[in-house]
Amino acid sequence: MFKVTIDNITVEVEPGTTILNAARKIGGEVVPPAMCYYSKLKGSGGKCRTCLVKVAQGSAADPRPMPKLVASCSTPVQDGMVVQNITSPEVLAARKAIVEFLLINHPLDCPVCDQAGECDLQDLSFKHGLEATRYIEEKREFDVVDIGEKIKLHMNRCILCYRCVYTADQIAGKRVHGVMYRGDTAEISTLISQNINSDFSGNVIDVCPVGALTDRTFRFKSRVWFLNPMNAHRDCLKCSGKVTAWMFGKEIYRVTARKDQFGEVEEFICDECRFEKKQTSDWVIEGPRHIERNSVISANHYEKIKKPSIIKPLEEKTEKQE
Amino acid sequence: MGRKILLEHIDVPGIKTFDVYRANKGYSAVEKALKTMSPDEVIEEVKKSGLRGRGGAGFPTGLKWSFLDRKTNNPRYLVCNADESEPGTFKDRYLIDHIPHLLIEGLIVSSYALGCNATFVYVRGEFKTQIGILEQAVAEARKAGFLGKNILGTNYSLEIYVHSGAGAYICGEETALLESLEGKRGNPRIKPPFPAVKGLYDCPTVVNNVETLAAVGPIINMGGPEYAKIGIGRSTGTKLISACGNINKPGVYEIELGLPVSEFLFSEEYCGGIKGGKQLKAVIPGGSSVPVLPAKLITTTAAGEPRLMSYESLAEGGFVSGTMMGSGGFIVYDADACMVRSTWNFSRFYHHESCGQCSPCREGTGWMEKVLHRIENGHGRQEDIDLLVSIAAKIEGNTICPLGDAAAWPVASAIRHFREEFEFHVNYPELVRDPKHQPISKLAQVHV
Repeated sequence: MFKVTIDNITVEVEPGTTILNAARKIGGEVVPPAMCYYSKLKGSGGKCRTCLVKVAQGSAADPRPMPKLVASCSTPVQDGMVVQNITSPEVLAARKAIVEFLLINHPLDCPVCDQAGECDLQDLSFKHGLEATRYIEEKREFDVVDIGEKIKLHMNRCILCYRCVYTADQIAGKRVHGVMYRGDTAEISTLISQNINSDFSGNVIDVCPVGALTDRTFRFKSRVWFLNPMNAHRDCLKCSGKVTAWMFGKEIYRVTARKDQFGEVEEFICDECRFEKKQTSDWVIEGPRHIERNSVISANHYEKIKKPSIIKPLEEKTEKQE
Repeated sequence: MGRKILLEHIDVPGIKTFDVYRANKGYSAVEKALKTMSPDEVIEEVKKSGLRGRGGAGFPTGLKWSFLDRKTNNPRYLVCNADESEPGTFKDRYLIDHIPHLLIEGLIVSSYALGCNATFVYVRGEFKTQIGILEQAVAEARKAGFLGKNILGTNYSLEIYVHSGAGAYICGEETALLESLEGKRGNPRIKPPFPAVKGLYDCPTVVNNVETLAAVGPIINMGGPEYAKIGIGRSTGTKLISACGNINKPGVYEIELGLPVSEFLFSEEYCGGIKGGKQLKAVIPGGSSVPVLPAKLITTTAAGEPRLMSYESLAEGGFVSGTMMGSGGFIVYDADACMVRSTWNFSRFYHHESCGQCSPCREGTGWMEKVLHRIENGHGRQEDIDLLVSIAAKIEGNTICPLGDAAAWPVASAIRHFREEFEFHVNYPELVRDPKHQPISKLAQVHV
């Protein structure tokens, strides 16, 4: 077992674990945000750079710090490694910069976006973003397209995390879409006149951190925070059948996979469960599901969020008053 | 006259062909290495020579070779990076054009040292003629028994494959090159693992520049210590410099490392001075991605010592008053050149060539280009200059591969050394917008 210290908290992890997963073992505020890394998808990570951390001590054997900030999702820990995440102003500044980069070409159409309320980019910008943009140039624009019978692609909102590409590769079996072109004109696209159409294709919607891929059977039906997430299951031949049913009264508005506290699905579900079974009678409703993420759907969560900072003037004030 | 090693026989007519090259002691390094030396001895010789990577980073070649994972049962590969696409650099093309067998010879010796039986030459897509030249050279070498099975009667076999890229700058980055060579989209890989452990087809791989590999043959012929005597300090040997811009004699020159920059610029043997007798304004000494230096700082360091053409001397002063050796693309600007336009031009290039994988580079390069385009065309704002500095600082060091740094450095250094020119563009937009305006430097003299 390797001992690694992240923000002054020491944890023991298996050799080969990445810094991000070690931080997830600790949990709480020291977990770096991840927009592209997905523990269930092989090869994901390293691209969005929001999880950059500072390695203040490489290992017990070689205590030199690493020269640059490293992507915590793809850097394995060493024994005796000392990592700084929210205790390093350098890391917070870099993260702020990354959020700014991610947002310059993002349309910021949250008021009409189905992902609003459960969007990783929203959470990230709320925590780390600037109040105003410095970008006055034109944003790049793409047309909205259907890339499958049930899936809509808003390329404008995409942050090119490649998660959907890996999902199609590893979960859906057959991949007909990928990234075309390069630089800031790169886009997710299908092969000419091909549809994403397999039994597990709907999972690309769940893994998408932003509102680029949305469920056509749910679009514009309701805001997610008006719905009640309920654990539900059914006997499914293709998948585990364990889902979250999003209900309004007795109606099921949409079905998604169950997501854990890091926003990753616990088990991938099939398209039949996701798109076809929208009757309450199709499901056994277990009870309400607690959503742990930093989003509006986990009621009033934003009130509890502390903006990351090293100085805590608020606490000092309350002490004085006492 | 500086000593010529790579280009020693460049003036011999027909040196491009196998027979003439062989008659001029060509392929003697292959004979020497395969018949009298063990692979480890070859690596040791290269280590002793102090040869450093000529592609840009200047990493010691012998050390890089010793990192290659030899314990696996997987095959090992050597890949020659001939994807030369840095603006201002054209030394590898010259080498392949005129003396391709020097590269083939270096490839055979290096492959022998590394224990590779299949070696790839990844050639830039636009180099159509060069691909033909290389393929012909490989065929000639094979016919003469220097490639194929049991070379020169030893039990060492080698095949060289010439592979054409599709013309993307990013494929010059070693891991993107490997992806492209495997037939995938040319995206740089996330490191670690490094290619020395997991490279081409997940096997241990060494990627070297054309010029680096071409130098291996002569090093084996003359011996490592002898090669290390040329040059200065840790910058040993000779280097090809491709000089271009406002000079009297643009072209590819072989210099001994340690030559004073002023001598290279002004002597008749090399660049021959600034074209039209104008004043020197700035030099980018290592291809477009290294920081630009103004005339005063390129000929002498900030400490007042003469600056030399060597890895250390060019880097002296850090990025505040120094630059980098880079790939040796020596771009010279005379006093009439507009630094804003030049910076915008480079920025446009990096915007176009960014692979789009990681967010700082994908978004940042486009942003910088748009801001620079506005400034250059007379729509700049005063705060744009600081904005550019800030964007460049935020890209630098936060990206997957060095393309982000390469895009940020020219912008940051141009503003550091030529800020008044950017301010002039912002303050006198109507003059900048006038298509018939005089050279910017003259305008600046009148108005500032």
